[in-house]
Amino acid sequence: MFIIKLIIRNAFRHKLRSFLTVLGVAIAILAFGLLRTLVGLWYLGVEQSSATRLVTRNAISLVFSLPISYKDRIRQIPGVKQISYGNWFGGIYIDEKNFFPNFAVEPRSYLELYPEFVLSPGERDAFIHDRRGAVAGRKLAAKYRWKVGDMITLKGTIFPGEWEFVLRGIYRGAQKSTDETQFFFNWEYLNETMKRTVPRRADQAGFYMIGVTKPELAAEVSQAVDSTFRNSLAETLTETEKAFQLSFVSMTEAIMIAIKIVSYVVIVIIMVVAANTMAMTARERIAEYATLKALGFGAGHIAGIVFGESIVIAMIGGGVGVLLTFPAAHWIETELSQFFPVFSVSPLTVYLDLLAALVIGVVASIFPTWRGATIRIADGLRRIG
Amino acid sequence: MGIPYYYSFRNLWTRRLTTILTASGMALVVFVFAATLMLAEGLRKTLVDTGSYDNVVVIRKSATSEVQSGVERQQASVIESQPEVAMGAAGRLLLAKELVVLINLPKRETGKPANVIIRGIGPASMWLRPQVRLVEGRMPRQGSAEVIAGASIAKRFKGGGLGETLRFGMRDWTVVGVFDAGSTGFSSEIWGDVDQLMQAFRRPVYSSVLFKLRDPGEFGRFKQRIENDPRLTVEAKRETRYYLDQSEAMSKFLTILGIALTIIFSLGAIIGAMITMFAAVANRIVEIGTLRALGFGQGSILVAFILESLFLGLLGGLVGLFFASFMQLVTISTMNWQSFAELAFSFTLTFEIAWKSLLFSLVMGFIGGVLPAFRAARMNIVDALRST
Repeated sequence: MFIIKLIIRNAFRHKLRSFLTVLGVAIAILAFGLLRTLVGLWYLGVEQSSATRLVTRNAISLVFSLPISYKDRIRQIPGVKQISYGNWFGGIYIDEKNFFPNFAVEPRSYLELYPEFVLSPGERDAFIHDRRGAVAGRKLAAKYRWKVGDMITLKGTIFPGEWEFVLRGIYRGAQKSTDETQFFFNWEYLNETMKRTVPRRADQAGFYMIGVTKPELAAEVSQAVDSTFRNSLAETLTETEKAFQLSFVSMTEAIMIAIKIVSYVVIVIIMVVAANTMAMTARERIAEYATLKALGFGAGHIAGIVFGESIVIAMIGGGVGVLLTFPAAHWIETELSQFFPVFSVSPLTVYLDLLAALVIGVVASIFPTWRGATIRIADGLRRIG
Repeated sequence: MGIPYYYSFRNLWTRRLTTILTASGMALVVFVFAATLMLAEGLRKTLVDTGSYDNVVVIRKSATSEVQSGVERQQASVIESQPEVAMGAAGRLLLAKELVVLINLPKRETGKPANVIIRGIGPASMWLRPQVRLVEGRMPRQGSAEVIAGASIAKRFKGGGLGETLRFGMRDWTVVGVFDAGSTGFSSEIWGDVDQLMQAFRRPVYSSVLFKLRDPGEFGRFKQRIENDPRLTVEAKRETRYYLDQSEAMSKFLTILGIALTIIFSLGAIIGAMITMFAAVANRIVEIGTLRALGFGQGSILVAFILESLFLGLLGGLVGLFFASFMQLVTISTMNWQSFAELAFSFTLTFEIAWKSLLFSLVMGFIGGVLPAFRAARMNIVDALRST
């Protein structure tokens, strides 16, 4: 009991120094938590993808499309329950910086395949029946203050022209982490326009989404699809939605690795700061440690006092950092929703935060603990200042 | 009279462990600061060097990159007949009608696929890009299934090396040469005969038309005329501008990320410096009292302690910069969001980044030291001398 009291008293003997160290650790833990969350977000699309959905695209690369006639041939493959198709539209809303994902999709089958996009039955019917109908996510609609019935114009980058849509519905995500910033519209609109303007680009789908009856069949079905079209003019590449998302994520992996490294660097920086504090503290109290030893306290006791003080300071900083992470994440989610539609801190991040704080405390105390434990009484008492 | 500067300097030396710890904290911050600036600079350099000022790229209106663009054969001929196009030796036009598509290739080391740009080139393409040099093998023969690969493709992608074959568009393509384009984006491309590639990809339209201006000043006139021509739905950009636009999102992302990280990190380092300097003041109360009693003014004390903190910052800055300079050996490859293609670029250290980093470290030292220095300067002489 006495030792714990001593540790806590010691920790706050130098109020200013302890306060600054706690602040430093809190900032570091906050930064670490936010960076970890950012990295997690990158992989969010991968985690969200369903195990029973496959994506079929042109084997050469994403910029090549597939004939629409593939739809019926894929549907005949055993194990295929549903099929939908669409195109990445890549339209620009007013200005290039207003980026959001927009697709042309076959409405009925697409909504069946994506039950996580929740629409009211009325909105759903209106979207399916209007050739120029479009649906936007709740967050996207809120950002541009769109209401159902509004006219929205996108400038095509891949499909030239000004495209006008009527917003027929605003979808909600079934889960908190569902992306509510997407925009999709009726594929027929795109196709009819292409037939008129650039006939060679009509009747082409950028990708097929396939729903399989059982997740175990995914590998079998994707092989069957690809072998159906082998040696044709448009060979296909079919993979699970997860693998498809992962292939995008892995292309920007270098940046994510850099952020991960940086999130550890901030911990190291603050480790150095905390080690400095502890080194100074120990140096100032060498005479005290020698006195304690002269009174008969063992090396283990002294070590415990120094070590405990370091842990107390680091853990207070860590606790403050964790508490600050939640309001900070909330602020990012509301203020920067265009970049980070979802910014939620996972329990794992909190554990990692606390672990990092513990490591800071332990590492910072190594040298002072050793110093305090091994100091010879005569040397310690002789030392001044 | 001022306190000699080596008083500040020797104080740092006396308390070595603390000095080393504080300076290394700052060094890490300066390292991150310099590294992010170097990365943004490397990206900018790669994309700016990729274009030349006299060249004009013509792409379809509202397409943001060559990959999205499509220029019909007929439209390409109209552009070809414009008077601004420069003429080379033997009366040949310095103009290339090119095809740009993405293909998926697996990397050598990991086997993970990445998007690579394939460019169908014409006879003038090589000439229009003087920064591109063939370093191994030979140019592809027109009308054959032969390609040449950029140095960074040859190194990093399966089947990209000299003599190897790549399979796409239902054909096998032999790599007959490797070209080096320095630190430009072309190093991450594969080039082949445009007509063969159009055939293989079943794509009857060009992606872009690139040509050299007869006179660099004629760009404005050309742009205006061509964009108002009712036969054409195209947009003309100087090649330098075109590549700058390509990297905009990426360099903005890197800059914002870099600034955000640096601010957070520097807070940590400034706190570290503050702790050190407060302790330095607290340990030397008697000493400061003595100096004051000897007749050194408040100003000299203030300057001495700020100087000590600045030394500390400078030390950290130099160490951080030293290690950051080694980052120049590292090459980063990632996907450029605007073209969806793989792009390799390296950290680039410039003189400007070096002095910015050192200035930044001095600023950190100053902010960390100014409060403790004031505390030291405002100490009462009698109280200071009396304390033990």
